[in-house]
Amino acid sequence: MSTPYLEIRGVKKGFGLKPILRGIDLSIEAGERLALLGANGAGKTTLLRILAGLSKPGAGQITLDGLDLVQQTRKIQRKVGFVAHQPYLYDDLTALENLIFFARMYAVEQPQARATNLLVRVGLSKKARERASSLSRGQSQRLALARALLHSPQLLLLDEPDTGLDQEGLEVLHTLLREHREQGGTLLFTTHDLEAALKRSDQIAMLHNGRVAYQQATSNLEQESIRQVYQEVVR
Amino acid sequence: MSLFSQVWTILWKDIRCELRSKQMWAGMGLFALLVLVIFNFAFDLRVDNKAAVAPGALWVAFVFASFLGLGRTIAAEREKGSFDRLLLCPVDRKAIYLAKLLGNVLFIGVVEIVALPVFAILFNVPFSLGGLLPIVLLGTIGIASVGTLFSAMAAATQARELLLPILVFPLIVPIVIACVRATGALMVVTANEPPWLGLIIAFDAIFLSLSTILFEYVIEE
Repeated sequence: MSTPYLEIRGVKKGFGLKPILRGIDLSIEAGERLALLGANGAGKTTLLRILAGLSKPGAGQITLDGLDLVQQTRKIQRKVGFVAHQPYLYDDLTALENLIFFARMYAVEQPQARATNLLVRVGLSKKARERASSLSRGQSQRLALARALLHSPQLLLLDEPDTGLDQEGLEVLHTLLREHREQGGTLLFTTHDLEAALKRSDQIAMLHNGRVAYQQATSNLEQESIRQVYQEVVR
Repeated sequence: MSLFSQVWTILWKDIRCELRSKQMWAGMGLFALLVLVIFNFAFDLRVDNKAAVAPGALWVAFVFASFLGLGRTIAAEREKGSFDRLLLCPVDRKAIYLAKLLGNVLFIGVVEIVALPVFAILFNVPFSLGGLLPIVLLGTIGIASVGTLFSAMAAATQARELLLPILVFPLIVPIVIACVRATGALMVVTANEPPWLGLIIAFDAIFLSLSTILFEYVIEE
């Protein structure tokens, strides 16, 4: 039996005395899309921050493509693209400068060309020379998505990626995610939108009280049944 | 990507951001000038005690002004979340520390370059610029090396403005004393002075090495 691309075993995390994750077990195969659902405070963002290498688990083990997350964080960070709930851009840099800076940080070849190309892809080529502080929330989110794709990551972690996006932004997001999948990329995203979770994932997992309360492939699920399960789980 | 390239990329980004926002330089420069002016009027600067007061006034201005900048080094990025985004990049944490340190030395250095002529005019003490520059440069590196490390630590707390000076002042006392005394020795030649410049160099070497190693642990959650 082959090892899953991403394997999370017994991951715990607390802040002070407050436990956030109480033992998460999840696994994702390469090329799979997993939607992480859960009420506010369920631990979705904490789990994503751990997977991105921003935070260390208190206990448990995480392996990604055979690499140990705690021991080989830098190697894993090369394989992961992360879009947080907020864009977190450098306000005093232009959209293009933001991308070029991060392209250099990821040692992307031809950073300027890659950054320019991605700005076109997310529909922000006309905003290339404008400072990030002047972009709208949706434009900033699109720029953050472009930044996450700079180094062509194998695993994309998206924390409520549709936040602040208008219809055009949503189309850009879905196009880029489709392309990422066609290239064999793996996706883990959090959302509160059950319909989007069902439509855009192969598996859904629900977090409740810091544990995976439910996990199921979406192929044989209907929206109404998910809604019922969700209400039972978060109750 | 080499460590040098990583340091340069982060430093260049910080310089570019600062040139556009001008938040640190303007505040630090103005503060240093104010301290010098206040000291000039607060003390009775007769010819016989000028050389005793002037070095202290100069370094108090430099240290206090540098704290304004050091406090913002990482706190501003933490507040906006962009520091987390930087930590997501697969770069050596030493590169982040060294870039922040060089940025601080540069920002404080610019303030010192502006403040030195004002100091010379207000205090009117004789000193050799060639002798003072190494003291100022090495003293700034020492203060910034400790300050950059602790600014990362303090940035994660609520009371960072209060915490940073409380943590850093006790540690930089030796180098501040050495800088004041070394500067004083340029103005009034005294016999049997300890090797203050050597002490400053030793301080820099110890704290620069320690801070570069410890930074990785300090920025961990």
